[in-house]
Amino acid sequence: MSNTCLEFKNLTLGYHGHAAIHHLSGEVQRGSLTAVVGANGSGKSTLMKGIAGILKPISGTCVTRYQRLAYLSQQSEIDRTFPARVIDLVSLGYWQKRGLLGRLTSRDRAGLSGCLGAVGLTGFEKRPLDSLSGGQMQRALFARTMLQDADLILLDEPFNAVDARTIADLMKVIKGWVSEGRTVLCVLHDHALVREHFLQTLLIARNPVAWGATAEVMTFENLRRARSFQEAWDEQAGWCDENTEQPGQPHVHRDHLPYQHKVVGHV
Amino acid sequence: MFEDLIGPFLHYGFMQRALLGSLVLSVSCAPVGVFLMLRRMSLTGDAMAHAILPGAAVSFVLFGFQIIPMTIGGLIVGLLVALGSGLVSRFTVQKEDASMAAFYLISLAVGVLLVSWKGSSVDLMHVLFGSVLALNDAALTLIAAVAVITFLALAIFWRALVAECLDPLFLRSVSRIGTPVHLIFLTLVVLNLVGGFQALGTLLSVGLMMLPAAASRFWTNEVRAMCAIAIIIAAFSVLGGLLLSYHASLPSGPAIILTAGVIYALSALAGRRGMLSSALMSRRHKTA
Repeated sequence: MSNTCLEFKNLTLGYHGHAAIHHLSGEVQRGSLTAVVGANGSGKSTLMKGIAGILKPISGTCVTRYQRLAYLSQQSEIDRTFPARVIDLVSLGYWQKRGLLGRLTSRDRAGLSGCLGAVGLTGFEKRPLDSLSGGQMQRALFARTMLQDADLILLDEPFNAVDARTIADLMKVIKGWVSEGRTVLCVLHDHALVREHFLQTLLIARNPVAWGATAEVMTFENLRRARSFQEAWDEQAGWCDENTEQPGQPHVHRDHLPYQHKVVGHV
Repeated sequence: MFEDLIGPFLHYGFMQRALLGSLVLSVSCAPVGVFLMLRRMSLTGDAMAHAILPGAAVSFVLFGFQIIPMTIGGLIVGLLVALGSGLVSRFTVQKEDASMAAFYLISLAVGVLLVSWKGSSVDLMHVLFGSVLALNDAALTLIAAVAVITFLALAIFWRALVAECLDPLFLRSVSRIGTPVHLIFLTLVVLNLVGGFQALGTLLSVGLMMLPAAASRFWTNEVRAMCAIAIIIAAFSVLGGLLLSYHASLPSGPAIILTAGVIYALSALAGRRGMLSSALMSRRHKTA
């Protein structure tokens, strides 16, 4: 099997013709741990949705090679008033393994308790969802992601509202995944955490700013460039018909004329 | 007393048939109502009930007041409305409540036009309010078939239904079953409304679906238990309503729904999670 897990080829993702991820190219190696960093609206979550296949590319491609995907989204559509218990929510993580009709085995149940323990929610099995705090909910969702036993794991701000001690515990879990050969992409805002734990970093500001070893990416100059991009959509922005990021590559829009998209002024 | 409660069902065949048909209908409708309520689609049942009117009306115009053609007509139009509004909401930004409103209003207008074009207002009343005391073999068979289909579908798709209610985005990331399950569920809603059509009429059959479901929410916080409680409440409403209508010479459909309404009001007031229990909340508390 190829050692590449993800391959972006001039990938542009967006909404209503406005680019949110603009001309991204590159590869993610199997078993790597990559932090995705950028300001609000820089396209981090959009990239996650694109990889998960929830959002179709405007142009370019995202080639994925994985057996099973786990995607912990930033904004869940969870209905917290639904009469379910923590165990009902977390056991959804077995869906890919057990499907619609399969019963949970006693080993599954043991695994579930193990994961709840790992996120510090032992004893919460029967608690109704509407009684959880924001951070506890996030930890329950992390436990569900653990149960999915996926080889490609996308985490979109997994430490939202999570306290420092739990973050340390969850980082250990993430590193355990990587040592097992799983590929992890993690959207983060905490630069200290990124520098401490993540070998690879992708810094984006709609356009990719830098991608590579964390120490080389998270420089003052790169971060300054990533901060100063135009966040708002611009209806006056011209249609993108020049590939300024990768000169020398054949331009995709000529092949996909209907997929024209707008690009706001470059920094 | 005993004679008052049991007698009507022992002596009269039409009462026996009414009881049997509406009890089976209760068992089938109530769990569907629970899921409608949990998905915040409580008013969808009402909209669907209006939507099936033109289907029934077309058959009525063509074949007269006959249960099978009217049922099939209602079923087809109901499914069209459910599918149409489901597709619009899945593939556009419009939420399902708005698309459903649009589709059912169109359907209702067509239905009323058709009935007034060919029938009299007496017939319209019959279509709208049904008559549980005139259930024939065909109607009973239909109700039984609907109940069997509903239970099979709920048993098979239970986990997907719960997942789709609880966390639709997650379900979409692990499986493609979300959209089909949603459409199957809407089909079940239509089937049950059509099943209740002859007994209670298009408007009141929603009552047996939603009132027991809404009442059950005041008693438990667990989906399975909620379905069971809703079924029990629906069955009691049917029994109470039929007796009420027999002894007080009231129309049976409204009597059944009114009984369910009284149980709902009592549950909202005195249920374990009702108004009184939250008002009388004890000040005693545990330290952890």
